[in-house]
Amino acid sequence: MHARGGSGGPAAVAAGVTAGRAALAALFAAVLVLPGPVRAAPKHATLEVFAAASLTEAFTELGKTLQARRPGLTVRINLAGSQQLAAQIEQGARADVFASADRRWMSEVAGRGLLAGGPRTFAVNRLVVVLPAGNPGGIRSLQDLAKPGLKLVVGAPAVPVGQYAREVIANLARDPSRGEDFERRVLGNVVSEEENVKSVLAKVRLGEADAGIVYRTDVTPAVAADVRVLELPDSANVAAPYPIAIVKGSRSPEAARAFVDLVLSPEGRRVLGQFGFSAPRGATP
Amino acid sequence: MSGDAPPRARRPRRGGWAARVLAAAAIAIGLGFLALPFVALLSHASPAQLLARLGEPVVLDALRLSLLASGGATVLAVALGLPLAWVLATREFPGKPVVEVLVDLPMVLPPTVAGLALLMAFGRAGLAGRALSAFGVSLPFTTAGVIVAQLFMALPFFVGPARAGIASVDRRLLDAAATLRASESFTFFRVVLPLAAPSLVAGVAMSGARALGEFGATITFAGNLPGTTQTMPLAVYLAMQSDLDVAVVLSVLLLVMAFGLLLGLRSAPAGWFWNRARAQGPAR
Repeated sequence: MHARGGSGGPAAVAAGVTAGRAALAALFAAVLVLPGPVRAAPKHATLEVFAAASLTEAFTELGKTLQARRPGLTVRINLAGSQQLAAQIEQGARADVFASADRRWMSEVAGRGLLAGGPRTFAVNRLVVVLPAGNPGGIRSLQDLAKPGLKLVVGAPAVPVGQYAREVIANLARDPSRGEDFERRVLGNVVSEEENVKSVLAKVRLGEADAGIVYRTDVTPAVAADVRVLELPDSANVAAPYPIAIVKGSRSPEAARAFVDLVLSPEGRRVLGQFGFSAPRGATP
Repeated sequence: MSGDAPPRARRPRRGGWAARVLAAAAIAIGLGFLALPFVALLSHASPAQLLARLGEPVVLDALRLSLLASGGATVLAVALGLPLAWVLATREFPGKPVVEVLVDLPMVLPPTVAGLALLMAFGRAGLAGRALSAFGVSLPFTTAGVIVAQLFMALPFFVGPARAGIASVDRRLLDAAATLRASESFTFFRVVLPLAAPSLVAGVAMSGARALGEFGATITFAGNLPGTTQTMPLAVYLAMQSDLDVAVVLSVLLLVMAFGLLLGLRSAPAGWFWNRARAQGPAR
């Protein structure tokens, strides 16, 4: 029930947009038809893309690109949490493409035999350390995360971003120059384990925490003014994979294939890169 | 229609029966609606299973912290709320409606909004928080911060019943005390408090239960760290994402505590206070 209720929002918005577009299309058609003979309209199709909320900007842009290339195709992007999207697909919502923010929910859908073909990782999200713009903790390097009395906020262990943050801290601690008890000291500075990544970010933006560990894609232009970003070295960072797949029973399998190809193409990577995503390992840039 | 007097006289009575049946059905549905989720929660696991998980550190830490914080918040709610209730019940002053709304506001505010507002006021970078940090006091991420969040949400739940109780004390008793040259404070402690005791106890129960169940303001203002700020409602929410059984154990524990608190403080001691007040009341 919950997932269904949640689905109303984005779907309704998409439907509204489509209705607007349909009205525009009708207007154009009328203008074209009135003066002269009837012109053959291109065959119309709609592509339903179910995408994790963190893909909002990138997938909206890629959807427009595909629409521009294929007259008559309407791409609708249904944005929600991956868990909600998976539930919607399982309940029989019409979807052509599913892009999840983690493997767990993609596997969930795959496990129920609802995918046509295996999922492919199209992007990875990485973690960054964020500090309030005023840097109240006086942090100059990652080593300072172990400073006594520092207020560090991370996700709870059960939340993916909290799990990743602990992996990053453990990875950093492998560098012997950081000192033997680096990991223990950093974890000792954790003053709160937040229930989601946006709460971690909020505590940093409000200046209550000295530092937080979030996804790079969370540092949107709107957020960037309030925070400083401390990059993690690739050797210590994690790669949170984003898989994409065509849903079984797609009504526009050919358009779905074209969208997935676009996302995986160099152009798709470029657009995703603009919004903070990295290319998956082994991918050609 | 003539000669139909007896049936006509009976008609309202029949309607009364229909209304009673409807009311009984509504009551049964209403009570069932309230009770069923608790029954479902209690029947999720056997008592033995629940007891087995009761000793887990996450449960014990949350229990200890919840008792400490909601106890502290309730004591503060009484200390700050009693004078407020007294003034609201006995005085008229300009701007009183604004004060009344202010006192009621946390009851209708989404707790997350309250938490955000508390951060902006008492956070490190907040209005009053900057002054506090000059004294080395920082509330977010501390147990004191949990108490502050709970106090903010629970205060109206004490002031409301306390004010009603004080207002219901017969003015003539206060006048009589005054004619006997009793000071206002003497009258307050020896006349008003005993007579208003049932309402005050109800207020303590309500505010205590509200503090115990507080979630949104706490996690927003104080954060979530086991042993320091993770009260039982926070532990339930986080355990739901990893260990459902622990979430159920904590939920059942909260349910039993809230039920006991409301039932215990509302019935037995209140009656005891009342009888005592009647027996010792200065004028009866």
